[in-house]
Amino acid sequence: MGNRVRGLPAWQRWLGLAAFVVFLYYLPLLGIPGLIWLRTDSIDGGSNWAGVLFTCAVYVLVAIGLNVVVGLAGLLDLGYIGFFAIGAYSVALFGSPNSPVVQAIQHRFDLPATWAISWAICIPIALVLALISGVLLGWPTLRLRGDYLAIVTLGFGEIIRIVARNLDGVTNGPQGISAIPGPEGPPSADNQIFGLIDVKPWYWLALTAVLIMVIGVRRLEHSRVGRSWLAIREDEDAAAVMGVPGFKFKLWAFAIGAALGGLSGFLFASRYAFIDPTQFNANLSILFVAMVVVGGSGNMVGVSVGAVLLAYLPERFREVADYRWLVFGLAMVLVMILRPQGLIPSVRRARELRDRAKEATVNV
Amino acid sequence: MNFHDLIGHLGQHTVDGLSKGAIYALIALGYTLVYGVLRLINFAHSEVFMVGTFAVLGVWTALGAKNNPPLGVAVLLLVVGLLAAAAASGGVALAIERIAYRPLRRRNAPPLIFLITAIGLSLILIEVFGQLLPDVAGGFLPTLFGRPRQIVGMPTIIGQHGVITIGNTVITNVQLIVVVSAVAMMAALDWFINHTRYGRGVRAVAQNPETAALMGVNQDRVIMLIFVLGGIMAGAAALLWSMRFGFTQNSVGFVLGLKAFTAAVLGGIGNLRGALLGGLLLGVVEVYGATLFQSRWEDVVAFVVLIVVLMFRPTGLLGESLGRARA
Repeated sequence: MGNRVRGLPAWQRWLGLAAFVVFLYYLPLLGIPGLIWLRTDSIDGGSNWAGVLFTCAVYVLVAIGLNVVVGLAGLLDLGYIGFFAIGAYSVALFGSPNSPVVQAIQHRFDLPATWAISWAICIPIALVLALISGVLLGWPTLRLRGDYLAIVTLGFGEIIRIVARNLDGVTNGPQGISAIPGPEGPPSADNQIFGLIDVKPWYWLALTAVLIMVIGVRRLEHSRVGRSWLAIREDEDAAAVMGVPGFKFKLWAFAIGAALGGLSGFLFASRYAFIDPTQFNANLSILFVAMVVVGGSGNMVGVSVGAVLLAYLPERFREVADYRWLVFGLAMVLVMILRPQGLIPSVRRARELRDRAKEATVNV
Repeated sequence: MNFHDLIGHLGQHTVDGLSKGAIYALIALGYTLVYGVLRLINFAHSEVFMVGTFAVLGVWTALGAKNNPPLGVAVLLLVVGLLAAAAASGGVALAIERIAYRPLRRRNAPPLIFLITAIGLSLILIEVFGQLLPDVAGGFLPTLFGRPRQIVGMPTIIGQHGVITIGNTVITNVQLIVVVSAVAMMAALDWFINHTRYGRGVRAVAQNPETAALMGVNQDRVIMLIFVLGGIMAGAAALLWSMRFGFTQNSVGFVLGLKAFTAAVLGGIGNLRGALLGGLLLGVVEVYGATLFQSRWEDVVAFVVLIVVLMFRPTGLLGESLGRARA
């Protein structure tokens, strides 16, 4: 399928792509007969269709970011939720008039009680904070073997959650933070476009962010940095011999992945206007990893499909919602045993795995 | 910062820490054995422990255990609980190896894939015990699987009371049993690995799998053996946990497993004696940390210890040595 698409003339490929993007923007209004059963509100008590699409878009963003770390650089990060939480808390702490941080600034500089840092300025704050935390976590730990790294990052995710819960004076502890702003400021009846009720604009915003990031990450993948990541993933020692500084590029992957995670958390918190520490538990982190590996780690289309599937299916098929974690676990085990390259594999990754299987020693 | 409390009750905190660390150490053995032989972190080991606690709960409920039974009954309950937990945990560990790891080993999969499979299995076990069993068996076994994902209490088999008092330090009977039996279990395992034929096989495979295979060691059997041994130790830890804390939950393994892993890394993963040292040390450090700061920061202490150890001494205090042990 992939090869057939690549074999088409360029104008047909671009036309197909444009049609697909238009379709993505049209999705929340979906009303084509026959396709209506896809909508999550076509079942009794189903959830808001645009809301589900928004969640899918945020998860796709997460998957793209985590794919840089897991799929391209081959570093298993089980604490991705930590960066997601940092992004979410950045907009909450600096943008909401209810946050202790903003209130302290108001108090210090005699500002009115409605003052807060505007949403647009919170974006770079979130990106930078997530990036810095990625470097801070990566610096000491990226010298370790892959499986140590997994456990350390898992611990990091837990630390972030526990800190968010326990630092009452900064994060409001378990009560969480409300009135998180969107593009039009804190949620209120005056919000014309980005309100709490109509989710469609939020979906279009998230979709736009996804498309921009897809282009960005694609450029990165085909750059010198991206090729270094693949070299490191395949064989770190060989890459080092060839003059690829492993640690430096691994740190880059970690930091870029962290920034993307921060951005997704940022969007998530803006849309819901309220966050508390319970939303950032380790299970969600494992869901993120599941999206990447089930979809096809290393391949952006694959991980996006994985993210959409794992976010959409439990919403559309409510019968399985109670067992969703069981299904995620089963999916992870089955895919790894039967199809380790994922549902939609990266061509190169699939080849690597085949090579390894051929090299298998008789008795191991 | 509460230095006053820490210094004033140093002995008591040390005793509390040791009795906590003994349980970490027993679980850590499972990580260490598997890592020593396969160079692989068995992420699902924390759920092996969790299954053990449910086995103890199941047996005690089935036998109609009440709080504070007479001594003879108590001993019987503990022995039966130990057997049930060891059987359940050992069985689950073996099943994990057969279902998930063996097919991957045959295909020479990269370590990342082992880890992801293990995470998936861990999720499955947590969900089966948290959601599926209560849903399916809730009607038949109401006391055992009450409500999904809830904490389930267990009967107190041995009432906790102080038996030894030194200054202002009180050591309770349960603490004493926990530490003594954990150390005894570990000594037995250490002897088994260092002085029996099977132990020699384990060490040989750890040292060099290919050569061991050439010398006629059945590698598959050795790998099964280490999973079962690790499972039995986790089962013993499950019994001690049930005695000391008296509850369980489907997610009980998650944080405990992370701490046991930290203990294994702290002592030197792949090193049996390291697991004991690391476990006891981590337990003590954690209690000190919880006293110094507040108890709600307790879990952070363990994770920070893990990161610091890996930064400065990635091979742990005693270094990796299952493979390099005296032949």
